[in-house]
Amino acid sequence: MVSPAVALRRSLLYLALGLLAAVFIVPFLWMLLASLKSTAQIFAFPPRILPRPAIWKNYLRVWQVVPLARFYLNSILVSGVVAFSQVVTSAMAAYVFARLYFPARNLIFIVYLAVMMIPTQVTVIPLFIIIRRLGLVDTYGALILPFLAYPFGAFLLRQFFLTIPRELEDAALVDGCPRLWILVRIIMPLSRAAMVTLGMLAFMFTWNAFFWPLLVTNSSEHFTIQVGLAMLRTQLVSAGDADWSLLMAATVISIVPVLVFYLFAQKQIIRGITMTGLKG
Amino acid sequence: MRLRDILRSPLRRGDVYTGIVCLLPSLAVIAVFVVFPIFFSLFLSFHKWAILTPEKPFVGLANFQRMFASPEFWQCLGNTFLYTAGVVPVGAAASLGLAVLLDRAVAGSGFFRTAFFLPTITSIIAIAVVWLWVYDDANGLFNTLLRALRLKPVRWLTSTRTSLLSLVIMTVWKNAGYHMVVFLAGLQAIPPSLAEAATIDGAGPGQRFRYVTWPLLAPTTVFVLVTNTIFTFQVFGPIYVMTGGGPVRSTSVIVYYLYQRAFEFQEMGYASAVAWVIFLILISLTVLQMRLSPRREQIW
Repeated sequence: MVSPAVALRRSLLYLALGLLAAVFIVPFLWMLLASLKSTAQIFAFPPRILPRPAIWKNYLRVWQVVPLARFYLNSILVSGVVAFSQVVTSAMAAYVFARLYFPARNLIFIVYLAVMMIPTQVTVIPLFIIIRRLGLVDTYGALILPFLAYPFGAFLLRQFFLTIPRELEDAALVDGCPRLWILVRIIMPLSRAAMVTLGMLAFMFTWNAFFWPLLVTNSSEHFTIQVGLAMLRTQLVSAGDADWSLLMAATVISIVPVLVFYLFAQKQIIRGITMTGLKG
Repeated sequence: MRLRDILRSPLRRGDVYTGIVCLLPSLAVIAVFVVFPIFFSLFLSFHKWAILTPEKPFVGLANFQRMFASPEFWQCLGNTFLYTAGVVPVGAAASLGLAVLLDRAVAGSGFFRTAFFLPTITSIIAIAVVWLWVYDDANGLFNTLLRALRLKPVRWLTSTRTSLLSLVIMTVWKNAGYHMVVFLAGLQAIPPSLAEAATIDGAGPGQRFRYVTWPLLAPTTVFVLVTNTIFTFQVFGPIYVMTGGGPVRSTSVIVYYLYQRAFEFQEMGYASAVAWVIFLILISLTVLQMRLSPRREQIW
């Protein structure tokens, strides 16, 4: 039997949690409702909350008006390549920093750390000039090349490699096993969790990037989903002519796969945040 | 040990060769795309530089002088400080509140955590587009609610008086879940025996929070404040998507100013000078807040 005081406290707690959950969910619902309305329903006054009838055709129309699939593929390609490359280059660098004798090793490591303190605003203008000089504006190269390696990954994996006991390598070293082989066959399998976390963080970071893709792409052939969405906003909702339902349908389509991914990878994502959040 | 001696020992020689192979990829990328641009940016800030103009004269400190004399620059800086001062403390309080509520083991906490986390996993651009519609003057969510309550609608994004505040509200909403997760990890790292001991000593829930949880959570709190300040100060996406810096520059933040100067007006030297001011502000904020940060040993 729960005492009345405890029962009251518990229902108050649930009431608060429920209200807060509504605060976080309702704007998404508002988007979903608009995506199913006709233009007449959108601009109806007084506004009607529910779309009646629901215009499911909006979701077909949006694929014909905007190359959403292309944006999506671009984002997956760019984020995938960047994430994979960052994990590989970071693991290699981290192994040097954690284990090897290397001239000026600590100095190089300090440079890596210092570089992380520089905000992107400092490097973005010269980077644009370089990319333009290389003739890479509006190519995948512009979206991928500058991010093939990033110091943060080397830092994160070094911390992890340091926790692996040296004895595991010593036997292999005595047998004359080359260092690179040890990294691939012993260290990397033991660090699967950390590498997956890093890959996911790099993927999400690249997926959400906006400033740089906005600067270096100018055709829908190379727009990422973020730039595509921003362009769609100016195209569909500018003064006078506003097609909110189409814009909202496109936004729903851009969000849903990310949500599904989250539901599958929830544990790793949360771990990634707390790992960088508390130890970074 | 000198390099020649290192190379004489076969094991260490192997290390050096492996090291070169392993470091080369990341070192090359970072040197070309990060370290070189840093020096290039410094160089740019002392030049008048437009991509399409062949002459790029050295102008000394003229870019900096012009910047400090520009009312627009100061206004953008002021807007950024206001926005950050709104987002960071309110955001920390909101996410700490959510974390404390979820820290009590309640049934269905997984559902609530996911609900609070929805805006965090959604990209800021998608969120900005959604909130453009939420804030719509005529048929947005808020004004529909206000009208239903017989209250006067607010011109959320189209009035200079509310535009920056509207962006603050949206940003707090967007990031609350992220910092909630960080706070939750911090709360769960506090041994429950301490709160139990306080209870035995007769402390109520308020006192337990004030004298046990709050001081032990201080490192997490400082971390959230520091990282969120640095992150918030660099806001760009929602400004670009929602307001374009308007109305009447009321939401023009410093990174948006840099973007316009460099890429709309082709003033890349001047914009680089702005970038270095952003860097100086961020680095001093970091140092300042690190100084305020208590050390774990002092608390334990």
